Amino acid sequence: MKAFKESILCAGHGGQGIVSMGKLLAYAGMQAGYQVTFFPSYGAEVRGGTAHSMVRIQYPEAIANPVITHPTVAIIMNKPSLDKFLGRIAPGGVLLYDAAAAEKIPEKTGVTIKKIPCTAIALKLKDKRVANMAALGSLSKIKGLFSLQELIQCLPFIFSGKQDLIEKNTEALRQGFNEV
Amino acid sequence: MTPAKKILITGNEACGEGAVTAGCGFYAGYPITPQNELTAYMSKRMDECGRVFIQSESELAAINMVLGASLTGERAMTTSSSPGISLMQEGISYLAGCQLPAVIVNVMRGGPGLGNIAASQADYFQATKGGGHGDYNMVILAPAGVQEMFECTYEAFDIAERYRNPVMILSDGIIGQMMEPIEVRYPQKSVDPDKSPWALRGCKGRESRSIRSLFLKEGALEEWNRDLQRKFRTMEAKEVRYETYKTGGARLIFVAYGTSARICRAVVDKLRQEGVKAGLFRPVSLWPFPYKKLKGLDKGTTVFFDVEMSAGQMLYDVRLAVADDSRVLFHGRMGGGVPEEADIINIAKKAVKRK
Amino acid sequence: MSDKALKDGPMHYCPGCGHTMAHKLVCDVIDGLGVRERTIGIAPVGCAVLAYDYWNFDVTEAPHGRCPAVATAIKRLLPDRVVFTYQGDGDLAAIGTSEIIHTANRGENITTVFVNNGVYGMTGGQLAPTTMLGQKTATTIKGRDVRRDGYPLKIAELIALLPGTRYVERVSIHTKAGVERAAEALRTAFKVQMDGRGFSLVEIVAVCPTYGARSVKEAYDRVENEIIKFYPLGILKDEGL
Repeated sequence: MKAFKESILCAGHGGQGIVSMGKLLAYAGMQAGYQVTFFPSYGAEVRGGTAHSMVRIQYPEAIANPVITHPTVAIIMNKPSLDKFLGRIAPGGVLLYDAAAAEKIPEKTGVTIKKIPCTAIALKLKDKRVANMAALGSLSKIKGLFSLQELIQCLPFIFSGKQDLIEKNTEALRQGFNEV
Repeated sequence: MTPAKKILITGNEACGEGAVTAGCGFYAGYPITPQNELTAYMSKRMDECGRVFIQSESELAAINMVLGASLTGERAMTTSSSPGISLMQEGISYLAGCQLPAVIVNVMRGGPGLGNIAASQADYFQATKGGGHGDYNMVILAPAGVQEMFECTYEAFDIAERYRNPVMILSDGIIGQMMEPIEVRYPQKSVDPDKSPWALRGCKGRESRSIRSLFLKEGALEEWNRDLQRKFRTMEAKEVRYETYKTGGARLIFVAYGTSARICRAVVDKLRQEGVKAGLFRPVSLWPFPYKKLKGLDKGTTVFFDVEMSAGQMLYDVRLAVADDSRVLFHGRMGGGVPEEADIINIAKKAVKRK
Repeated sequence: MSDKALKDGPMHYCPGCGHTMAHKLVCDVIDGLGVRERTIGIAPVGCAVLAYDYWNFDVTEAPHGRCPAVATAIKRLLPDRVVFTYQGDGDLAAIGTSEIIHTANRGENITTVFVNNGVYGMTGGQLAPTTMLGQKTATTIKGRDVRRDGYPLKIAELIALLPGTRYVERVSIHTKAGVERAAEALRTAFKVQMDGRGFSLVEIVAVCPTYGARSVKEAYDRVENEIIKFYPLGILKDEGL
């Protein structure tokens, strides 16, 4: 395997599945034999504030610091998080954000910016909560860190084998993937 | 894709599983963030294993339930976070005074007072310098990752029993809430309290016993204290634990534990890439503090850089070991702040240039 | 090695102190039930702190007020042992109210012996939660004043209210008949535990002859004429499972 290091920041507000997103990535990383750490931060701020999870995935070096200051990948699901984290993305990094969070954001040199209609996809599936998986589906296409199939295989870990949730989230992953 | 034989869990859950695997027969706790996953985990696992779980009415009750469980010879544990641990100090002093083993876990959060629920390392003094009343010490283990949360907890029960003394796991909100893959490769332990030579289980077939820390007869308490001190000296000699990372030939040695050590380890690699000979000394036992080992790394001109999520508490022990304050740097963040690699690197580079 | 629950030899209690009798009664009940070898007692902080010097069965100390928490853990781990706490009015009714209420209300299958003598003896005769209104103590030199010191606390009534409790009785040991009733109450309370019915408590109204009375006789007369009028005797609760 080729050596690599990614530090992924998922951010949004409570209820957007920010923690599940991070867990899924970490789990997929572990399944792929990579080094992973996952650190969530939620509940510390009032409702409507930002919640985030930090995931490091790398190979082969062991992960030292689990806390991420300058992510190489940022998946942002609401406006306050865009304001907070946009300036912190590492040069050469990727920003993927939900179209529902902002119509348009300023250009940022050295950062690849992708707007994905995550919430719109989720609303089509009649469950706002699966917007997070639409985002991860898109990320799979953009970054190629994990294949769509690898992510789908990890869903039972996140949803403790609950079949209806797994199916709905599988569909969100697929549609996010096809959106790009 | 190689199927990894690992499980992805939080530090809090790993701590719980470490206790279960170590044969912990009794758990009592009161919910407090950022260790709630731990109490929830124990409520599930202790039931599954047919052991005793109680959600107590307070941390006071929890630590005293642990005292009651311990005196029956069972392995007992409670877990909490900073404000709750403050409430437990009386009970911890009694455990030490009565010579009872127990494992107490502090997943530290920001203080003082109610503080916040973010990670912190500001309870170092309370843990290592005797948070409760009286002359006592206890082994304090500081895990720096999820695997170590399991391992330290697993081992803590043995240490506690070996000395009949409480042991504390001093963790923080980041280590507690983060997830890492771990391997659970340790055998399930079990204890037979009926064979305990000191436990209270009813006096059938023997003289009745009592467990106490009260000694009113003239000189009796001093004698009891002398015995305790002999035990603490043995612990100091035998229970020192630490880890070094690239300290060979290092001109600048970071001293940090827990989350701060993880950050410093990343900093060491970055500084090395820039040609600065940096290393990391990570105490795993905060009491007994590895004074001698740290002192042994001092080449006379070595710069030591203590990094903590506090105003500087372990710093005093580092200064004691190095005995030249001018070569001991410090960077700390308080109230839930986390030291940033860039800040540490800046301070380190300036200091190395100066020297 | 004696097989009696009460050790031979003198106790440190003042002449006329209720603890001497309460110890004897508890030990007689333990002997009578034949459970000495499987009894674990939890001694309080207060005058009875040295109970383990007098009791010939396994006894532990507990931090002030925390006996019920300690007992909870012991009984959960050793359900076939007889576990009881022995607590005074500072230990149980002041600093330990949280533990006694939650232990009782969880329905822990233990027995609590609550010795209420209305004053803090160990520390020199200060106000207890159970001190009578108007009663002079070291910290109420003009007498207990409601506006400053609040009301006396009726523990047995309070505990009987809790759905987790099965047997609650208040007795007094200032008369021969009272002592006999107390022995019966304690026996019943221990039996309730041994039958697995749940939490039982016996409040023993006792005297402190040293603080608050000029003589042992005066102290006993006060119990008859004043105290048991405020703290009525009798069974407050006796329920099956």
